[in-house]
Amino acid sequence: MHPAFSVIFLTTLIGVGQGLFLALYSGQIYSMMNLLPGQDSQSFYAIGTLLALLFLAAGLVASFFHLGRPMRGWRSISQWRTSWLSREIIVLGITLFLILLYGVAHYLAWTQPILILGETYPIDLSLAIGTLAMFSTFALFISTGMIYACIKFLQEWHSPFTVINFILFGAASGFTLAAAFSAVIGSDVVVFYATWAILLTFAAFFTRTASLIRNSNLKPKSNLQTAIGVRHTVIAQKAQGAMCGSFNTREFFHGSSLSKLKIVKTIFLIFVFPIPIGLLLAAAYGFFPIEFSIMAFIIQYLGLIAERWYFFTEAKHPQNLYYQSVS
Amino acid sequence: MKQLALIIDLNVCVGCHACVTSCKEWNTSGWAGPLSDFNPYNTDPTGTFFNRVQTFEIGTFPNTETVHFPKSCLHCEEPPCVPVCPTGASYKREEDGIVLVDYDKCIGCKYCSWACPYGAREVDQQQKVMKKCTLCVDRIYDQTLPESERKPACVLACPTNARLFGDVHDSDSEVSQLIRENGGYQLMPEWGTNPANHYLPRRKTRLKIHEDELQRSDNPLKKEGVLPEPPKEQQTLDDIYMSW
Repeated sequence: MHPAFSVIFLTTLIGVGQGLFLALYSGQIYSMMNLLPGQDSQSFYAIGTLLALLFLAAGLVASFFHLGRPMRGWRSISQWRTSWLSREIIVLGITLFLILLYGVAHYLAWTQPILILGETYPIDLSLAIGTLAMFSTFALFISTGMIYACIKFLQEWHSPFTVINFILFGAASGFTLAAAFSAVIGSDVVVFYATWAILLTFAAFFTRTASLIRNSNLKPKSNLQTAIGVRHTVIAQKAQGAMCGSFNTREFFHGSSLSKLKIVKTIFLIFVFPIPIGLLLAAAYGFFPIEFSIMAFIIQYLGLIAERWYFFTEAKHPQNLYYQSVS
Repeated sequence: MKQLALIIDLNVCVGCHACVTSCKEWNTSGWAGPLSDFNPYNTDPTGTFFNRVQTFEIGTFPNTETVHFPKSCLHCEEPPCVPVCPTGASYKREEDGIVLVDYDKCIGCKYCSWACPYGAREVDQQQKVMKKCTLCVDRIYDQTLPESERKPACVLACPTNARLFGDVHDSDSEVSQLIRENGGYQLMPEWGTNPANHYLPRRKTRLKIHEDELQRSDNPLKKEGVLPEPPKEQQTLDDIYMSW
């Protein structure tokens, strides 16, 4: 498939936003259980939520560049019964609203306990909204991943790894940003976020490597024989019906050389995993926590752009069988 | 339920592209707006087409065969492009099984083209919406046309009768009989899309002559010629059968 930068930015940016929200929410859960020092509602949670919303909104803006007719975008909420894309757009709206509400709850300091769970854990309104937003965030991750995973003849995408990788990459980059954010505002939870960011990055490394191995061993189900229905082992295309390309040659071929693919793959494998892990470890141990954690986020995000670009080039569309040579 | 479809006979297609040009002519002049072209008379011309004729060479020289392969939307009975559409612009008509795009609802997200394994959908770069073969839905029901012309433009244009149009759910229709009797097949059956359009394979009529058929085996004297007439009183085979 041809990598579309609008979609690359959409999926990576909302991934960061969702991950950052999950980081803030889990931080609040830890504080509620007295495992972490409590953070200030306004300066930490409200500002952090605003940052998450900015990433989500940036992703939403990027998505509009993918549409031929963005002004009709509102129509896309109608087919939620069958289309994962429709579901994603609805859930994205709900998630944005709930995360905004979570931020507002913190900004207005709605943090008086409304009930005490098990006589030890105080639940306040912000935590209740946060729980709803957490479920919505996961639903958004699943919808986004399923857009790609549900197309069965894109065999490289048609696997649970697609959804799992979207969740883990989003969470890892979000927790890395949470570490950078808490370091910048001088909070004392840098180590907590950095540790989780490292663990999530490790987990993403394992699942992404597994999907790379899976995809390299895939056997395409379609071939020229089934594509044109001729039972012969030697079939060569002599004309594709157009001399200078068509939508079919532009949309479904990445058009990049093997060496470029290899370079991008190496870049994402280095930028997403070892460098951020090293920088986060250093930050967690107190070496330039602000600079190192910010660097970790920026490098990991650049790596994720490369990862998503490579994710597109990995998918081999069966329609390409019909467009093998010009003449 | 009716399922209109095209049957494409690869046995007689000569790859003349008449179906391509007549399709383009009809569908670029209709009320749905033009099928836009870019640089049509310049370098790198490109444009939107509903139908393309491709050419494949089968085998290795000198034992090769050229197959001309027209490809348009197959109007699948389980169209994978329809459920993925977020706006409902892509739909399959209940009454005749034609898969259509509502150009006024399409947002141009291209997701349906990702979900079509045949590459049958093309984005119109000017209107920014997805387009595809309509089976000339604006023609086949047009009461102002004589009945013989109420067929897709490509079918009328084909000089070798390689394209046939009809209801593949009606077992007695011409197209169903052709599929049944001439080995009609679907493209990429492995994805379960169940395309309505069928292709008829290359067919060759071969006369198989066995060695012994070149010589009369019931000629014990190995002599050709008219046998002597048997005597009148001798029983013949006819007498035996008649006696029954």
